[in-house]
Amino acid sequence: MEYKYKNRTKQNKTGFYLSLAVLIVICLLYLAPFFFMLITSFKPGQEMLRKGLTLKIDFDIMTFNNYRILFFEDNRYLSWFKNSLIIAAIYTSFSVFFSSLVGYGLAVYKFRGRRFLFLLVLLVMMIPLEILLLPLYRLMIELKLMNTYLGVVLPFAVSPFAVFFFRQYAMGIPRDLIEAARVDGCGEFRIFFKIVVPLMKPAFGAMTILMALTSWNTFVWPLVVLRSSDKLTLPIGLMSLLTPYGNSYDMIMPGAVISVIPVAALFFMNQKAFIEGLTAGGVKQ
Amino acid sequence: MINKTHNTINSLTVIPYIFVLPFIITFLLFFLYPIISAIIMSFQDIAGFRDVTFVGFKNYRNLLNPHYYNALRVSFTYTFLTIAILIPLPLVLAVLLNNKNLPGRNIFRSALFMPALTSVIVGGMFFRFAFGTQPTALFNHIIGWFGLEPAVWLQGKWTGMLAMVVLCVWRWTGVNIVYFLAGLQGIPNELYESADIDGANGLQKFFHITVPSLKPVIIFVTTISVFGGFSMFAESFAYWTSRSPGDIGLTLVAYIYQTGFNYNNFGFASAIGITLLAIIMTVNLIQLKIFGFFKEG
Repeated sequence: MEYKYKNRTKQNKTGFYLSLAVLIVICLLYLAPFFFMLITSFKPGQEMLRKGLTLKIDFDIMTFNNYRILFFEDNRYLSWFKNSLIIAAIYTSFSVFFSSLVGYGLAVYKFRGRRFLFLLVLLVMMIPLEILLLPLYRLMIELKLMNTYLGVVLPFAVSPFAVFFFRQYAMGIPRDLIEAARVDGCGEFRIFFKIVVPLMKPAFGAMTILMALTSWNTFVWPLVVLRSSDKLTLPIGLMSLLTPYGNSYDMIMPGAVISVIPVAALFFMNQKAFIEGLTAGGVKQ
Repeated sequence: MINKTHNTINSLTVIPYIFVLPFIITFLLFFLYPIISAIIMSFQDIAGFRDVTFVGFKNYRNLLNPHYYNALRVSFTYTFLTIAILIPLPLVLAVLLNNKNLPGRNIFRSALFMPALTSVIVGGMFFRFAFGTQPTALFNHIIGWFGLEPAVWLQGKWTGMLAMVVLCVWRWTGVNIVYFLAGLQGIPNELYESADIDGANGLQKFFHITVPSLKPVIIFVTTISVFGGFSMFAESFAYWTSRSPGDIGLTLVAYIYQTGFNYNNFGFASAIGITLLAIIMTVNLIQLKIFGFFKEG
């Protein structure tokens, strides 16, 4: 008995170190692209053309010139960055505002058709927007929203995922609180803004971050809507640097590096909200 | 008094609809209307906005061509491969990360989640250049260690598929780990303790307790991976923009984009979209049944 026990702990220990080693190796593999992008962003463009994205770190040829071009010479990148920021701001405020209203409405009121509406929310969540690319594109032309920020934002201003999340969260709000306010003669919208919104602060935090990230990284729809170079967002702008006539490597790598920084900062400041945002709606037991 | 009660009831019948109105409007305008117009467009030849002819099932008959079969094959293969990797790998990593004695758990978690923060284009740029044709390019350099000749990664059918799958796996592992970690929190510790008493080893515990307990999460992750797989386009676009050599990156959505925006053949592109919708709806129905969403209110 004694012997068997000892044997087991020994086995556990090897298992522990083995899993630690596996995790370290895999994490390094997953972080490697960031490392190489950073290194490459300091290399002259011709070097990329000649040797590709290499394993070799050659400090002699590294310069800040690419970053200088990016920020001071070529004004395209800064305008893409600005566009991404504006679109993320509009999209995030729209989707958080409208989705919280809808989610709350679905959670606390008993009204005809609410079950059906909730099913529709789930349906929209499950049908990829890619199928709607062409009809939405035609609609945008008819609404004269092509090449505008609003055209990028409006079709997805009510995020079904955020609706779902806010609904789940609002279900947890004590009804007595709402009833009491109602008895005191508080109007429904006042109840929402004065009582419910402060109570749902964590939900607003999680969704703000998640929606901002979604907007920052989204690609396919803005690719369809945005037409002129000065209106592009970061991912599309970076893509536009790849042309049949040659690629602006000098700008692509530093541009990619800079584009990761805002979301990485947001993530490291709000890890908990991120994780909550991801898991809340998703996993149903 | 009576008047006041009446007023309250009255407002409570209308106000809920005002709250949900934003969804109703966007649903009708940006979802239902586009779907209906996609169905109509799929039966039309569209030469210009005003030049539209009804052609019956012609667009659907035209689907029987090698490009479409190829797009189906690419989409199915991609979906299958990503699921085959993106379930077991994050599951095992989540179990390892769930160990409370593990030092630096949060660092590992953040490291694995970092790729999920990047745009598919930014990640794609890295892999696009790392899969370069030069012998010194990252992946060619690495296979060189094993005495292999430099490969033309982004030109071959299987190496091209590999490139897309690698990009997807890199970006999504962290997200799925988060889902699995959340699921692991819900497994009562007593299950493991009693298994310990019965003398079960780690592997037995993993297969007899962890995996069965995580079944709902596994189903959920599989489902979102199916949607993600079939609607994939950006990975392919990041490598080859809208046209890939030998159509190796031509997924169903890439095919829609190509025929719609490059060849202006909206009717045909809509027909492709409708078949994709049918595939995804089939998966949806199966998934809704498994999840029991229909029973919920």
